[in-house]
Amino acid sequence: MMSRVVIVGASLAGVRCAEALRRHGHGGPIELLGAESHRPYDRPPLSKQFLAGVADRDRLWLTRSDTAFADQDITHHPGVTATSLELSTRTVHTDAGSFPFDSLVIATGTSVRRLPHAEGAPVFTLRTLDDAEALAPKLVEGVRVVVVGAGFIGAEVASTARGKGCVVTVVEAAAVPLERQLGEAMGTACAALHERNGTKLIVGTGVASIEANGVHLADGSVIGADVIVVGIGVVPNTGWLEDSGVAIADGVLCDATCRVVDAGNSVVERVVACGDVARWPNDRYGEVMRIEHWTNAVEMAEHSAQSLLGGTEPFMPVPYFWSDQYGTKIQFLGRSTGFDEVRVVDGDPAAGVGVALYRKGDRLIGALGLNRIKALMGYRALLVDSVTWATALDHAGLRT
Amino acid sequence: MKITVDFDRCQSNALCMSAAPEVFEVRDDGFLYILIEEPGEEHRATVAEAAMLCPTQAITVEG
Repeated sequence: MMSRVVIVGASLAGVRCAEALRRHGHGGPIELLGAESHRPYDRPPLSKQFLAGVADRDRLWLTRSDTAFADQDITHHPGVTATSLELSTRTVHTDAGSFPFDSLVIATGTSVRRLPHAEGAPVFTLRTLDDAEALAPKLVEGVRVVVVGAGFIGAEVASTARGKGCVVTVVEAAAVPLERQLGEAMGTACAALHERNGTKLIVGTGVASIEANGVHLADGSVIGADVIVVGIGVVPNTGWLEDSGVAIADGVLCDATCRVVDAGNSVVERVVACGDVARWPNDRYGEVMRIEHWTNAVEMAEHSAQSLLGGTEPFMPVPYFWSDQYGTKIQFLGRSTGFDEVRVVDGDPAAGVGVALYRKGDRLIGALGLNRIKALMGYRALLVDSVTWATALDHAGLRT
Repeated sequence: MKITVDFDRCQSNALCMSAAPEVFEVRDDGFLYILIEEPGEEHRATVAEAAMLCPTQAITVEG
């Protein structure tokens, strides 16, 4: 097959998809378009080791050698931003010319949500290498840091800033951080890491405005800040696909095999999507999902490559994510959406070490671990097999 | 096939263990142990998956 593949997005999903296409025998040209000017890099260290200054740029690159793309006959176009997709002529238009394709991979990822702020306010976000390089030198001992948003990125930035000796406050509008992802009890358990490690956590209070002197809260209080990091989530990069004919609904809609669909839910021929931008029905859970985690980008890139090459298997992973905060490794396998019960089966997550299981109906759907790496991974095979709750409790050494 | 792990990169996420538990084990001390450094061909698929899933690209498979 000598058809031309254009991949829009040169971060984890795009790069891994390019490599998978080659590995699985695609012989034609592969054009990898990336909006950023850097060599493709990995994002997880940006809020952790890289921000802390214990890992440098060389630890970030997604390819282990600077000739890796050439060796695989993949053409990387850095600094090229897609502006529109024209399906009738099968062309991606960019700010640096047009790229015709036979097959297309949409892997444009997400961008951070921002908040309005006064001019001169010391506001930062953390998504890109440039963001991290701007923020890292500001995090020095004694500096007052306010993190807006107690999600995983905000919590990791707070943890890293504390590690560098900053005076850190985290502000969260919701009453319980991470409640949507983990539920109330386990969200509270993870949030307790902040207070135990000297970070002040303020919950249930929205931000009224961000001024040059700090963060002004809805209750009238003002938290003085030298550095303000806004970590309130991301939005899918689908602006370039408006009016293209592909279905957009908080992400690019796909079928169960990662093939992109149109507004009538018909498959668009030879167009797939993967990574943070892609929303698809995961048949394992009967749920249409979009996942913003590292492991999903890798697995979906691999799967979408196989779909482009003719594969027809549905993509039905057991999702996984991790977060490193204050020396504690938080890991989650599976899903929590619509859970009926959370049960601690090992240790005490509220004290920082333990495992909790998530039940929906009579099934195990998810497992959370805090500093219980080996025990948690023991549940992965059970989640892959979609075992009953009783089986999961048996595994945990408990009885229903 | 020979497996090497760059322990400076390894962050003990244990995805390797979930893919190939017969070859990789993260123990309760938080460290990764390679149970078979030169596994046979029957382990190739799971070892390849382990290397692919490693979030720090710490696993190298040669041969």
